This record gives sequence, structure tokens and C-alpha cells, in this order.
Amino acid sequence: MSHDHDHDHDHEPIDEPAIALRVQALESALVEKGVISHEDVRQRIDWLVSRSPADGARIVARAWVDPEFKGRLLADAREAALELGLDPGPSPVVVALENTQNVHHMVVCTLCSCYPKALLGPPPEWYKSFPYRSRAVSDPRAVLGEFGVVLDNDIELRVVDSTADIRYLVIPRRPAGTEGMDEEELAALVTRDSMIGVAQPREPVTA
Amino acid sequence: MSFAAGQQVRIASRSHDGHHRTPAYVKGQTGTVVRIHGTFTNPETRAYGEHGLPKQQLYLVALSSDTNEKVLVDVYEHWLEADE
Repeated sequence: MSHDHDHDHDHEPIDEPAIALRVQALESALVEKGVISHEDVRQRIDWLVSRSPADGARIVARAWVDPEFKGRLLADAREAALELGLDPGPSPVVVALENTQNVHHMVVCTLCSCYPKALLGPPPEWYKSFPYRSRAVSDPRAVLGEFGVVLDNDIELRVVDSTADIRYLVIPRRPAGTEGMDEEELAALVTRDSMIGVAQPREPVTA
Repeated sequence: MSFAAGQQVRIASRSHDGHHRTPAYVKGQTGTVVRIHGTFTNPETRAYGEHGLPKQQLYLVALSSDTNEKVLVDVYEHWLEADE
């Protein structure tokens, strides 16, 4: 911000305070009109921050060890998640997409920040940024490269733009060398970014 | 008009005043229906305090591409036209 003008007020940092004030004003108006209560907002925030990628990782690890579960997950992700005691809820609908040796999925919401929060927690800041949202669809291989993922040229890259009522969860490929690992050990390899499709899972530590 | 998986479609290129979930970059593009998600309330009216009825079918459409990079995008039925 330019400071070559003469005035006696302190500048606020750009963006955050302005958006915070807008959110406060919106919340106050909704509370005043009786649409929501402050308690509703607090509960929703508590719920959101209680969710984490560990939930999604459990689902992926189960899919890696149990092909029938994976089939159910691809057919109806909520039903499959419920088997593990996780409930992403009926709406928005979670859809799982499987990465294979031929196809790699990566997820974006170009319109805003739609994300499977119920299974991954709050989205990372970069996921909500304009550069990611625009470049993920205009130059996805370059974006993947910046995340450290270089796909073979014969792998089809599918960028999935979740513009509506669906939230996509990527099932990354199981890393080689993990044959002897149990579900819990496998889940520790499944990162948040691998379930967005901008990273591969961790490699197993070889003894 | 409803669409089947595998069907060729064109995403309408019309403008729309107010909230809608069809990104500008897909308008006018052709593609293939790859998945039929089911019906959902219409965000274009729901955003303004209405019930969003009638519900709209939601499709996952793979935009036409002659490379092995594909963009797949969720589009409501009233934004799709058959591409003969």
C-alpha cells in the first residue's frame, strides 16, 4: 500500500480486518433477524475445527486394504464412511474419486472454496486462493509440479471443479512397499494434500 | 431435457444476473456427461431465501479436450444443451 499521502490514521493490514468486519456485520444482521444465533455459529465453528484429514486418511487406508470397501466407497461415500463411524452428512454429497496407474484426479473449486470439510477439516489457505483456483484449471500440470508431483505423460490428469453440491475426496494410489503395513500405519501415509490430489501419499520409511 | 452418461452436451453461454454456479470459463464449451449426481435445489433461487424448487439434476461434465488433461465440472441441467 502506498504511503506517500499525508494523514494521521493507522493503516489496518489489508483484507483480514475488512472481511472480519463484513462477517461481523452479516452475523449481527442474521442474529437480529432471528435466522441464526451466535451459538449456532460457535457450534458450527467448533464442529469444523474438530474435523481433520485423519478422518479421510482412515477411509483411504481402509480402501487400500479392502477392495470391497473401496467399491462401496466409490458407489456411496457416505455409506462407506458410516461403516467407520464417520458421518459426512447427507448434504453436501461426498463423492470419492480413485487415482489409478492411468488416471490422476485433482480437486479445485474455482467459484469459492468447496471442500469435503466433514472428512478433511477446514481447507488450506492456498486452496481458497485466486492463483490456485484459476491455475488449477488453466495449467494444472504446472500447479502439480509446484506441489512436487510430476506425472508420467501417459497418465490422464482430471481436474475436478466442485462448483455445486458435491464434495470430492481423492483416493490416492497406495505407495509401493507398503504390503506389510496395517491400516493404522497406512493411514499415517495419507496426507491432506494427497486427498485433494495435489500430492502423492508419503512413502513408507524403510528400516 | 435430461441427459445420459456419455452424451455430448454444450454448456449454455448465457449470462445470468445474480448468484449462479456455472463458472464463466465453462460457458459455451462442449463436453461429455460422465456422471449423473441426482437432483438438488437450485442455488440460483435458494441464494435469495427461496426453497430452490423445482430441484435440478446435477451432472459431472468432462469438457472437450484433445489432450490427456481434462477438466470435469459439475453443471446443473438447466445450463446444458444437447450438442448434436
